[in-house]
Amino acid sequence: MFILIVGCGRVGSAVAKRSLDAGHEVSVMDVDPRSHERLDRDQTTNWEDAGGQFTVGTALEVDGLIAAGIDRADVFIAATSGDNTNLVISQIAQRRFKVPRVVVRVADPARAAWYAEQGLRTICPTQIAIDQVEQVLLAG
Amino acid sequence: MYVIIAGAGKVGWNLARELIAKDREVTLIESNHDRFRVVEQELEYAVQYGDASELWVLERAGIQRADLVIAVTGDDEDNILICQVAREKYGVKRIVARVNNPRNLAHFKMLGIQPAVSATDLILRLIEHEVPEYGLVQLLALEEEHLEIIELEVLDGSPAVGRQIQQIPLPKGSLVISVLRSGSGFVPNAQEVIEAGDQVLLILDPGLEGQITPLFAPLGAGASA
Repeated sequence: MFILIVGCGRVGSAVAKRSLDAGHEVSVMDVDPRSHERLDRDQTTNWEDAGGQFTVGTALEVDGLIAAGIDRADVFIAATSGDNTNLVISQIAQRRFKVPRVVVRVADPARAAWYAEQGLRTICPTQIAIDQVEQVLLAG
Repeated sequence: MYVIIAGAGKVGWNLARELIAKDREVTLIESNHDRFRVVEQELEYAVQYGDASELWVLERAGIQRADLVIAVTGDDEDNILICQVAREKYGVKRIVARVNNPRNLAHFKMLGIQPAVSATDLILRLIEHEVPEYGLVQLLALEEEHLEIIELEVLDGSPAVGRQIQQIPLPKGSLVISVLRSGSGFVPNAQEVIEAGDQVLLILDPGLEGQITPLFAPLGAGASA
């Protein structure tokens, strides 16, 4: 599979490394060139030599998304630090570029739930934390 | 009419002022606390503090009964999502969004956020109207009706010069509605002869500009729309 990940933070970079290790083709895009460092950390070979792709760009700039390979992406993951950016670019990936699988990180539980109802595959770290804390509390 | 405005920058604040002066019920939402405190001095209860892209903030402002939502923050993603949620989740009938970066306009359109207003675009059109170096000015686009009104300057040596309007091979779906000549305008009939230097207004189906501009530009010149 060809996986395009926008946002090379803790989540994006970790998912990128795991996907590459699992044998997928992986392209990562981030507005900050320094974020590339996360992809090389604790690795024996650097990201490009290992077969990964990295593009510096703003997610709303379509040229950048195309350079990062969105046209042929099987999976698109929106994992920037901004909920609003993630929600907009994932809809662009889904509707304009017809990417078959789109995954969006949304920190705000209320909007994660509503956009999930609209057909977006949202992942809400806040909701996961709430559920886990609740489980621990009830188990205690 | 109840209006919610997201973003109390210069645009949002002044819009709120104007609407309140016209006796509209308005709630302005601002996410920067310092800015909120400043605006609150004047607008008092008509401004609320919070991030308008969060659902509970919109609900606190009473979005369920809003007739119009205007998103004019400095962030295009925020403006898109505020309008999307207003219309699709809360059923607000009318939305208006501000486009900060004209390059994002396509995103607004693709997600159905209309009308989307870009100040850069409006100023650019005014400049083009005053200084029509591009030859063609789009004066009005009626998106819903699928019609456009454009203005063209008739250049010397173009196929249209010296011909009656009925002799100009305009594509089907276009019509000359006005001619501006020597500072005054008139509605021409089919026999009117077009002169170099005329400003011609046409109404047309969108997408016909490419066939129309060469008729008013010198032969061989690249038609720039």
